[in-house]
Amino acid sequence: MTDWSRAVSTRPPADLAAPLETVTGNRGLQIEEGLIFEQGSPGRCGVDFADPPPFEARLGGLERQGAIGLPGLSEPQVVRHFTRLSQKNYAIDTGLYPLGSCTMKHNPRLNEKLARLPGFADVHPLQPVSTVPGALALIDTLAHWLKTLTGMPAVALSPGAGAHGELCGIMTIRAALEARGERRSRVLVPESAHGTNPATAAACGYTIDPVPGNPRGRVDLEVLQRKLGSDVAALMLTNPNTCGLFENEILDIAAAVHAAGAFFYCDGANFNAIVGRVRPADLGIDCMHLNLHKTFSTPHGGGGPGSGPVALAASLAPYAPLPWVVHGEDRLELAEHKVGPTEQAIGRLKGFHGQMGMFVRALAYMMSHGADGLRQVAEDAVLSANYLRARLDGDLSLSFAGPCMHEVLFDDRFLKDTGVTTLDFAKALVDEGYHPMTMYFPLVVHGALLIEPTETESKASLDQFTAVLKALAAAARSGDGARFHAAPRLTPRRRLDETAAARQPILRWRPESAHLQAVE
Amino acid sequence: MTTLRFTKDHEWVRLDGDLAVVGITDYAQSQLGDVVYVELPEIGRRVEQGKEAAVVESVKAASEVYAPVSGEVAEVNEALAADPAMVNDDPMGDGWFLKLRIKDPKELDGLMDEAAYKRLVEEQS
Amino acid sequence: MRYLPLTDRDRQEMLAAIGVDSIDALFADVPHQARLDGLLDLPRTMGELEVERAISAMASRNLAAGSVPLFIGGGAYRHHIPATVDHLIQRGEFLTSYTPYQPEISQGTLQYLFEFQTQVALLTGMEVANASLYDGATACAEAVMMANRLTRRGQAILSGGLHPHYREACETYARFVGFEVAAQAPAPSGGEDLAGLIGRDTSCVVVQNPDFFGEIRDYSEFAPICHEAGALLVVVVTEILSLGAIRPPGEIGADIVAAEGQSIGNALNFGGPHLGLFASRDKFVRQMPGRLVGETVDADGRRGWVLTLSTREQHIRRERATSNICTNSGLCALAFTIHLALLGETGLVRLARLNHAAAVRLAERLERIPGVQLLNQAFFNEFALRLPRPVAPVVEALAEKGVLAGIPISRLYPDRPALADVLLVAATEMVTEEDIDRLDRELREVLS
Repeated sequence: MTDWSRAVSTRPPADLAAPLETVTGNRGLQIEEGLIFEQGSPGRCGVDFADPPPFEARLGGLERQGAIGLPGLSEPQVVRHFTRLSQKNYAIDTGLYPLGSCTMKHNPRLNEKLARLPGFADVHPLQPVSTVPGALALIDTLAHWLKTLTGMPAVALSPGAGAHGELCGIMTIRAALEARGERRSRVLVPESAHGTNPATAAACGYTIDPVPGNPRGRVDLEVLQRKLGSDVAALMLTNPNTCGLFENEILDIAAAVHAAGAFFYCDGANFNAIVGRVRPADLGIDCMHLNLHKTFSTPHGGGGPGSGPVALAASLAPYAPLPWVVHGEDRLELAEHKVGPTEQAIGRLKGFHGQMGMFVRALAYMMSHGADGLRQVAEDAVLSANYLRARLDGDLSLSFAGPCMHEVLFDDRFLKDTGVTTLDFAKALVDEGYHPMTMYFPLVVHGALLIEPTETESKASLDQFTAVLKALAAAARSGDGARFHAAPRLTPRRRLDETAAARQPILRWRPESAHLQAVE
Repeated sequence: MTTLRFTKDHEWVRLDGDLAVVGITDYAQSQLGDVVYVELPEIGRRVEQGKEAAVVESVKAASEVYAPVSGEVAEVNEALAADPAMVNDDPMGDGWFLKLRIKDPKELDGLMDEAAYKRLVEEQS
Repeated sequence: MRYLPLTDRDRQEMLAAIGVDSIDALFADVPHQARLDGLLDLPRTMGELEVERAISAMASRNLAAGSVPLFIGGGAYRHHIPATVDHLIQRGEFLTSYTPYQPEISQGTLQYLFEFQTQVALLTGMEVANASLYDGATACAEAVMMANRLTRRGQAILSGGLHPHYREACETYARFVGFEVAAQAPAPSGGEDLAGLIGRDTSCVVVQNPDFFGEIRDYSEFAPICHEAGALLVVVVTEILSLGAIRPPGEIGADIVAAEGQSIGNALNFGGPHLGLFASRDKFVRQMPGRLVGETVDADGRRGWVLTLSTREQHIRRERATSNICTNSGLCALAFTIHLALLGETGLVRLARLNHAAAVRLAERLERIPGVQLLNQAFFNEFALRLPRPVAPVVEALAEKGVLAGIPISRLYPDRPALADVLLVAATEMVTEEDIDRLDRELREVLS
């Protein structure tokens, strides 16, 4: 009754030898994939169009003469190509990104659905304003939420990303000073600041004067007070700062800055720690950019697009860049030129009206959470970071004593005499299935490891992450160097030669570059 | 007789006739890591002692190279464009950066000699 | 709340592990005066259904471009995007991934950006392109600043044919970054003499081709004139699809190309997010802003990609960076790459031809309307018409009748009454014969 000939083993083989060398170089689901330029065929096309009937062109004799050189692929090939590429990427959807100052929280799919509504996605920015009242209403509603959350009376929505928002902020500050008849030359920036801060201030012609931190990881108030003077235009501060700490002397800092006639700029990258619990306006801040792609969940998309609205105090509001959405007599209007109330605007910073697609996503996120949900976001973010701090204290070396906010900073003292660097440690973490934490930033500690879990990680996820970090720290201390120096070993690519990439840059495919990669 | 002197920022300078040859030290290149690019000044530019004369880049960092003495840029090491690795391989010889026509040889007196520089490096390591 | 995994029990356990009684203890550094004890005056949490209802209500108050005949261009163009594109970009590994700073686990992003850089270089006829900027206008401003750095000069000449938003962005940057722009007056009928304006302080001349009024010009003799004077030629392209039909800037000697890529792969989105394209020559690459992806090998000798030449950027150079830019337009660049991969050489050229054909048909119909004059000698998919009366009310009247007829130039140039009777009209492959009939009919009626 039993057919023995059909019995097959249902247990894995006992002898697991060295990794298999395959013909293709593929490893199971992990497929090697060449460039589209290596797969094209002339004449092949993945889109079907009918040719127009013959007509007389009016291109002024400036028709393209030669071929462009683009490859021809069918739809199945394109789908397979990009699907395979996607499988080589880590993502929030895959796992925790403990990246400090990046706020890699879950990206809700409702936001994607709503951004794609034809009433938002299929609307031209230069349609008559009378045909887009809903778009202006969305922008106005978003502005209302941002103003309420920050406590500031105005918000500039056009900047295209955080760094663009910083530029906007510094420009409004300079405009305000010029309107006062003042030309100040210095901007104070903490040594722990993100690179965009000094880059932005320098771009606007300011000299950067760095302010050191004190032993408690906060801005040194005494040094700050000594550096303030009538030639200081602004202080650019991040709060909570890039060490994950709340600047507890911030009211004194604000008072000192204002007493010197300067403006208080806040880099809002870390707003996730305090949203709904603290309003920046109540801290004396004059100007703060927000990152919709951090605090407000719009997706990072592999590097962009972002959106960097800037909340402004009354003293800076008149200088906000165009366009403004304003309340007209009986409807919302779009003010696109410097006339009347917008006369002092600094002008445009980019084309059209701002990152509308990100506005829809961010508003959907805010409305989903509500005032209570957003406050809970900040609390859970801070709770999670402190949980990691408490559990990892002793395994990794905490840079500063006391509670942190939404992110916790470690340095590489725990790796002393192990021969393992912060970089090696991070690469071993990659083999464990994690994206590394922010490394070597901020610059104020040696071999920094900055961890921000965000509020969208479950406790189980945090516990597992903690366990892995503890195990890796122990492995480093016990002298298991090989695990670290050769890492990562299990990823689609191992460590890449960045030196060669910088010495001999190859920044595009060229027809002459023949590769021996398998193409299909 | 060549005079070899060092700065506290890890530049070296060596008198070669009326030209001062400038480069970065072995300690500097080891701290920097793989050099990927060197930004050299134009011929004829005047540099001041202690002010930026060149920039040396690794993958992750860009460091200023300060002029150990004041002078006018007479020559730059064009070979570094094609082979920046020379700075790592032979920092004191073929990896030189630039040659200055100097005005005041006495500026060298304020710099460290080899023994003093060795002590500085030991302290910093 | 559906996005917050921690339960109250989790929170209690975590507080205990930390050693504090309540979450407030962790906010102890916040000054008392700044603490919010209650909730802010905003609505409470809402479920998906309610959020959808509220936001859809706003969306439905807008006239979607696809529901009516649309003839609006002006730097943003409505094209057909194959269904594949949106499906692929919504894969979580693309949508929710971070900037590829850890190359071993970001080869997907790095490879498509390398393909994107190649596509942009091929299309524009240039040697090297970056991994995208925010949009065409900021790319234009960055191009001017790059030209300033390369030439060590501080004055840029902007053609009157440059999109007004691009000009305005350059003017804002000029004021605060500290350089000059000499913006020429718009001249839809031509006659601009840029060569005569180039001086010893000119870092670059910025021309747009096709220009804001749709005119296509031959700038092949112009590049040498700029170069002889020590200035660079920056060419702006706001309708990237035009490069499927006309000679690319690289072939006529452009030094930098700043363009808008929205037409390929990306919806109108009411103006954002769009896609800045930036291309130049190899010898200038170290002065280029934005991210760059480069090819290399890994420890096993296999080909892979990394972000490279990072020392230009803010996270390393800080105040000495070429630009303060951090973010690019990642996902929009991916959409471009996928769409262009589907089109390929054949499809792009055919699509460009369809656009030009539609615009030629439309122009032929409209220039027969009494009182209407076509201003262009040559055009791709957009052209300018002079009407017998001010355009803004005409466009408004047509909108009420359900036709989005184009852009009144007065909207972008309110201070130039001489242009108040000029209408900018675009026709892409989306325009049907019925649409053309409708516009012809309605426009005749409004004008009579």
